[in-house]
Order: sequence, then C-alpha cells, then structure tokens
Amino acid sequence: MSGTQRDNGPANSTEAKKTDLRMHEKKCSWASYMTNSPTVIVMIGLPARGKTYMSKKLTRYLNWIGVPTKVFNLGVYRREAVRAYKSYDFFRHDNEEAMKIRKQCALVALQDVKAYLTEEGGQIAVFDATNTTRERRDLIQAFVKENAFKVFFVESVCDDPEVIAANILEVKVSSPDYPERHRERVMDDFLKRIECYKVTYQPLDPDDYDKDLSFIKVINVGRRFLVNRVQDYIQSKIVYYLMNIHVHSHSIYLCRHGESNHNVEGRIGGDSELSPRGKQFAHALHEFIDEYKLSDLKVWTSQLRRTIQTAEELGVPYEQWKILNEIDAGVCEEMTYEMIQETFPEEFALRDQDKYHYRYPGGESYQDLVQRLEPVIMELERQGNVLVVCHQAVMRCLLAYFLDKGADDLPYMKCPLHTVLKLTPVAYGCKVEMFYLNVEAVNTHRDRPLGKIPKDSAIIHRRNSYTPLSSHDQVKRPRLYSAGNQPWLPLAPTPSALMPEGRQSQTRIGSGCLSPCVKESTLTAQTKLVAVSASE
Amino acid sequence: MRGSCHPKNTRDRAVCMTNCPTLIVTVGLPARGKTYISKKLTRYLNWIGVPTKEFNVGQYRRECLKIYKSFEFFRPDNEEGLKIRRECATSALNDVRQYLSVEGGQVAVFDATNTTRERRGTIVKFAEQNGFKVFFVESVCEDPDVIAQNIVQVKLGSPDYLHCNSDEAIEDFMKRIKCYESSYQPLDEVLDRDLSYIKIMDVGRRYLVNRVVDHIQSRIVYYLMNIHITPRSIYLCRHGESDLNIKGRIGGDSGLSARGKEFAKHLRKFIQEQNIKDLKVWTSQMKRTIQTAECLGVPYEQWKSLNEIDAGVCEEMMYEEIQEHYPLEFALRDQDKYRYRYPKGESYEDLVQRLEPVIMELERQENVLVVCHQAVMRCLLAYFLDKTANELPYLNCPLHTVLKLTPVAYGCKVESVYLGVDSVNTHRDRPENVNVQRSTEDALQTVPAHF
Repeated sequence: MSGTQRDNGPANSTEAKKTDLRMHEKKCSWASYMTNSPTVIVMIGLPARGKTYMSKKLTRYLNWIGVPTKVFNLGVYRREAVRAYKSYDFFRHDNEEAMKIRKQCALVALQDVKAYLTEEGGQIAVFDATNTTRERRDLIQAFVKENAFKVFFVESVCDDPEVIAANILEVKVSSPDYPERHRERVMDDFLKRIECYKVTYQPLDPDDYDKDLSFIKVINVGRRFLVNRVQDYIQSKIVYYLMNIHVHSHSIYLCRHGESNHNVEGRIGGDSELSPRGKQFAHALHEFIDEYKLSDLKVWTSQLRRTIQTAEELGVPYEQWKILNEIDAGVCEEMTYEMIQETFPEEFALRDQDKYHYRYPGGESYQDLVQRLEPVIMELERQGNVLVVCHQAVMRCLLAYFLDKGADDLPYMKCPLHTVLKLTPVAYGCKVEMFYLNVEAVNTHRDRPLGKIPKDSAIIHRRNSYTPLSSHDQVKRPRLYSAGNQPWLPLAPTPSALMPEGRQSQTRIGSGCLSPCVKESTLTAQTKLVAVSASE
Repeated sequence: MRGSCHPKNTRDRAVCMTNCPTLIVTVGLPARGKTYISKKLTRYLNWIGVPTKEFNVGQYRRECLKIYKSFEFFRPDNEEGLKIRRECATSALNDVRQYLSVEGGQVAVFDATNTTRERRGTIVKFAEQNGFKVFFVESVCEDPDVIAQNIVQVKLGSPDYLHCNSDEAIEDFMKRIKCYESSYQPLDEVLDRDLSYIKIMDVGRRYLVNRVVDHIQSRIVYYLMNIHITPRSIYLCRHGESDLNIKGRIGGDSGLSARGKEFAKHLRKFIQEQNIKDLKVWTSQMKRTIQTAECLGVPYEQWKSLNEIDAGVCEEMMYEEIQEHYPLEFALRDQDKYRYRYPKGESYEDLVQRLEPVIMELERQENVLVVCHQAVMRCLLAYFLDKTANELPYLNCPLHTVLKLTPVAYGCKVESVYLGVDSVNTHRDRPENVNVQRSTEDALQTVPAHF
C-alpha cells in the first residue's frame, strides 16, 4: 500500500493493514477465484419458516469449505434497539414508529454487511430477516448495486401448520423475546406476529416482477425448489447444499476404528489390523448399536483394514469410502513420532508451527483432507442415521464441520479411540454426546505444543484448497455511553446529523461479543468514538 | 441388498448410489433438447461409474416405420400412427426392463416426448411394477431462436430428413411440433406434486425441482443445473516434456526439459493466434505443468485434483525397473489397467473420482485450457468423447499436442494440433501377453523408447 500521509494517520495505516490482510487472504482463499465479487444472500419469508436455521447452517458450511461467510440477523439488531420486547403489537404494519425503527435497523445492518465485505475480508454475507415486502427488497438491491456486490435470494415458503408449530416450539420459545417461556403465551403471541407480516407479504414472483433476480425458493422444507438464474459457482454450490439438507430428526455417530497394531506401537498411518483390544471394541460397538435400536442405520467405513474389520463385527451391511481414508503421512508413514523427530526434525517442527496447513512430503495436509471430505459431508446431510467408522484426522475434520470449528482448532480436537460421538442437530446447532465404550486403548492425541513457536516462514498457503473457518457469532453492536451520548430512547426520532459516515467496523475477529457493553475493536489501534447509539 | 457393498466386494466405488434402479423420463415438445440432455447425462453417469443407457423412442419408431414420409404421421388424429407410436414405447420399455433388471444397469434414460399425463401414468405404473424409481426431466422452452437453432443443428441431419432440403425439413418439423402442442400437458405443480422431477426452463434460466428422493437424483439435478449450451471450446494438453519423461521414468515432480520449455513457448504462440475470448488456464500443482503455464504469460489457477496419477511404490521408476522389482504388479496392471491400483498409489478409477469436480467446473465454464498429465488427460478426454473404462487407459495423449474440443450437436468435435516440438513418446500399449508368468521380454514388448 502506498504510504500517503493523511490527517488520520494511524487509522489509515490500520486501513492499510486490513486491506493487506484481505489481499493476502484473497491470494490464499480458493473462494476468491471462484467468486469475483462478494455476494449478499438475502433470506425471505414469514417468521418461523426456517430462515435463521438455513442461514446458520449455510454459513457454517461455507466457512468450512473456506469461504469467509457471516450471518447478519436483523432480530439481533432490533433487540439492541428496543430493549424490552412487549408484544406482537410492535410488528403491526400500521405501527408507524416501530416501522421506522425496523427500517433503521435494516440500514445499520446493511452498513455492517458493507464493512464485512469490503474491509474485513468477508466473501459472503447472509442477511437474515423477513424481507417480505418488495419495498424492502428494492432497498437491499439498491444497496447491493451501489457497492457492486452480487445478490442471491433464498425464500422459504411453508404452509404446513405442523412444521411451523414445531419451529416455534423449538426455537422461539427460548428466544430472548420471551424470557418468561410460557409456552402457550409464546405460541399465541408469535402466531399473531406472523399474522402481522402476512398482511404485507409479497412472495418472489418468478414470472414477472422478480424474473430477473437470482434466487431459490424452498417450498415446504425442501419438498420442492424453484431455482432462478444461478449466476456463478458459489451460487450453484449454495443451491446444491440447500437442496441436500433436511430437517428430519436424525443422529450422526462418529467413531474411530478399534485400536490397531500400529496404534499400540505408536506408529502413524499404515494399514495395520486391529489389536486384541481393538477387536473387543468392535464387539462393544456392536452391542452399542443393538442397544440403541437405530432404525435404518447406515454404516460407512474407509478402505483401510482397521475400519473395515471394525465394521465387520457389527453384522450389518456397510459401505466403504476411499475418501474416508486416514490422512496420508507421505514419507512419515508408519513411523513413530520419535522416529519422525529423529529422521525429519525440520518437518516435525514445521508441522507443529502450522499443523493445519502442513503437508507431509509425499502426503497430505489437513487442508487437503477437508477438501476431499466435502462429498462425505454433503452425503451425511442427505442421509438419516449414519455411523461413520473412520480415523483420527478424518474425524477431526468432520467434527469441525458439525461443531463449527475453524482451522486453528481443528487439528487439536480430541477424538480418542474407543469412544463414539453422537451428534444430534438441535435448534440452530448440534448436541454432542460422548460414549466411551469401556475398552481400554492407547492415547494417540498429541496436544498443541506449549509456548510460542517461532514462525519464520510465511503462512503456508495452497491455492485451490479449503481452509475451514468458523462462523463469527452475531455481532452485538456496542453501546457507547461516553462522550455525552444519551442512551437511546426507543421512540425518539433519529437525528440525521448523528448518522455516522465512514464509520469503522466494530467487529472482532475470532470471538463473538457476548454482552452489549463497550468493546474496543482489536483491529483498530485508535477507536473512533462514533455516535453509534443514535443510529440504532 | 442390491447395490450395497459386501466385504468381498472388491470394486472400489466411492459410494453405493442407490439400491433400486432409476428410470429417468424426459418430457417436452420436440426440439427442446431432450436428446441432448439424455445423451449428456448418460455420458456423465457412465463416466462416474453408474451403468447408464439411453432408450430413444424415435429410434424405435424409425426401425418400425422404415420410411418417414411427413409430419402427418404425428397428427393426433392419425390412428395408425398412434398405434405404432404406442407399440414403440412399449417395446422400448421392455428393453428398459431388460437392461435394469437383467443386465445390471443402474439407470435407464427413457428419451421421448412423454407429453401427456396418460403416457407418464403408464410409465409410472410400469416402474412401480418393476421396482424402479422414476425421475422426470422436463425441458420447457418458448424462445424461437433456441428452437430454430436446435432444429438446424440436430434435426436437419436426422435420418428422417435425409431426402429433403433444409427449408422443407424445417417446415415439416415445425408442423410436427404443432401436432404435439395441443395435447401437451406440462408437469404441474399441483397435479404432479407427488412425482420426482426437475423442470428446466429456457435452457437453464430457471429450474423447478420437486421431491428429490436420493443421492443419484440429487447428483443428476446438480449436474443438469451446471451444464449450458453457450458455444465454447476446451483445450486439453499435457505439460511440456519433463526431465523424467526423457529418462523413461513415471511420476515424480521434475521440471521441464529444454524441449519442454520450447513447447511452452509454442503453446503461448498458439494461444495468442487462436484469439480465445476470456480464456481460463488451469494447471496441476506439479512443477512441470506450472512451468508450462508460466510461459503463457496469463493468469492461471492450480488444482490439486489435476495432479498426475500417484504410482505409489513405482514412483519415478522406469518400466524396466517395475518389471524387475514388481513383475506381478506389472502384469496385474496390464490385465485391468483401469481398476488396477499401484501399491500405495492410485488407479484410473480413483482418478476419475477425484476429477469429477473438475469436470463439473469445466461444464460451468466457457473457454478453458487445461494443462495436465497423461493419465489425467485420458480421464478428461474419456468424459468428453464418451470412452469406456476399457478404452480410457489407452487413449493416445502425446506430449506437445493440444486437443481442442468443441461441443457440437450431440457430441464433441476434436481437433488435434501438434505444436511441432519433438519429444519422447510416453504411450505404452497393452502388450499381447498379460499373464503373470510371462517373460521379461514379453512384458516390456510395448515400452516406448527413452534415453
């Protein structure tokens, strides 16, 4: 970046740093070749149609395949603006003051979207709101056009009352809007809220008004889809993903093969058979499955002996996937860690520096693994109950997808032998239960080395490979009460003079903001105190 | 259970696609691209290892009715014509049953207009009786330009119109379309809501997808949504001659030889002369392709999936050395080159699986130059030219030669351009004697010369 001196010196250099970060990311990210301009995904639909569910899931998937994505949920902005939700009256379409507030929230959220996509290296922003009127969608389109983003709409249409009721019970009852959690009251109020939106709902019209837009209409939770004008690779991947997910209750069981002979000797990789304790585990796994009486359980293994032998004991049909094979350790295959340290000390050190990106000579990296496991993830989404018998590195990659872990955490996730992890989708996330099947085994886990490891080389980046990211939590915009700003009053008019221009982003990289208190961005050396409160 | 893998199953399939066979049924007026879609889909499914066959009712009709006179045959009030057409459909369905239930086929594509609900009902009943799943692919298009182009590209050359001139043929065909229009009942959102189908509108402008029930249908939908008919060309070539090539060694990650560098320069000249619009260049992540692309002076993208087949323990060996150290392996490979997997390496079958995303992306793109390797190029070529697993490993992909593939009608036109720079020959034909007991001389019979 050219070092032109301007009045706000320090802010400019951080600007430069941010752009550098983004440029650097752009070089490494596979996504940036596939997607030239950032994309805004706009959700559309009445309340309780699964918009937030789809937003979060899609975001998790896109981050896992290395496309920086973030959700911007308008409800969160609204809750910031209106501290105490009283009742559905707020959502009546003839409630003028409320309408103003809601529009203001939308504008603020869009500003955050812009910051994410232009300054923070984001590639896709998911704008999660009802967006049920043409007026609102036109506003968004104007914004998108102004900033040269692409836009893709995802509309969820559902008229099955059972699905809607189930939705409300699962996620709305525990919403911050309803602290008292009295089910019937919640249900009643929420249904009235939906009625408020219905009055002004204008669904996407593929035949006329909206025929030139790019969108997918998801009808009745994936029973039917209408796809219009997919523009590029990432939109095609999004459509493919949305068409493969479902909301039926199911569980995914992940476990490793039973302890192998190599495990006992401390050797990595190879294709050894089960040790006696490994065989015991296979029996125990058989009992575990019987106990749980899982209907139509599918069993998947890799094509290495140790997983196949484990599955054989289960007495049920199973499928072998080559892509579930353990990470290829190349020249280090079948060595113990001591041998590796002795024979390839530099490689050993390099791996500790950046375990995620490090590729064994003649072998693979975790990054390569994630890329080859993508079809498995897609198929897991399609299926019902599945038991995947795999390997340590593979299991870490799969787990990172379900638990939304990024590249930093992934290689150090704990996946001990002889333990089954049961993952059950619940609300917007995944419940994890661990079952240790009581057969002893060696510990094959190598923790993250303590202390700072000097990184002399630049980040190892491989073009056209995935680096999983994790989803950022929804940003709660900080309320600044200093510098004479009044705490914001719900129904006061918004003085336009206080609308900040060129406001810097408040986001934090890596962790979400958990409470609406004053926070300083880790990005900016000097925070510009901005009249943020007035614009909410 | 049909289709599931048992431990004794040595076929290395990535995933068992489905337990019961699938019948894909096209729906649409004439000249809507049904046969184009059928053939392309069949080619793709076979390439990824799903045994698929298409059954074009028009063919059956041509066999039955030796001479096509005119569109009158298709008039809705032509009783005789209707009878024959019904018989042809039945005959085709019988062959479908034979293919799926007896011959081990997995997917059958029933390519006909199938424009009435009645006809579709018959097919659904047929499928139910035989335990097949049904998936409809409807193509709807009202753009007169697209239809006209269709007619010119594929109908004029049809056996039906061999004896007419173009204008007569077009006129007759338009009247033929009219015969179907009055009784056409498109798939309906309400009436057909229990069927599994994809409705393709205006050549992929829009899609309506209903009730996708399994993996194979989801793959089909994904594929259909990624293909397009915009004219373009795909250029395939290998890296320039490498140092290991010269020594007759396979695999490895060597750099270009002097002649290889010469080729890269010639390649640049060739590309410039072709004057290709918005050409994308792809390479693998190995030195030799990267060095070749570097010479072109244009941005290029590296794909790990384009890396050469991994020869495992045989990496960097000469064929003579493989014969010396692993004569059994060498013979096994000659016996079944497509499925044979090098110890600690890969097979052609594995290659196809890892190249599938490349194929999908090639379908989405327009003009692309892929600089890759011998085995990889064979796999890609087999996809475009619809070669079988037996033919694939022996396709000729010499160094320093660019293949230009241009989709045309139902297939692909191939132009081979040798860029005039000498190189070694790396093509090893299947020797006569593939017996594991064979002599060294027999084994090395077809090894190409090297330094």
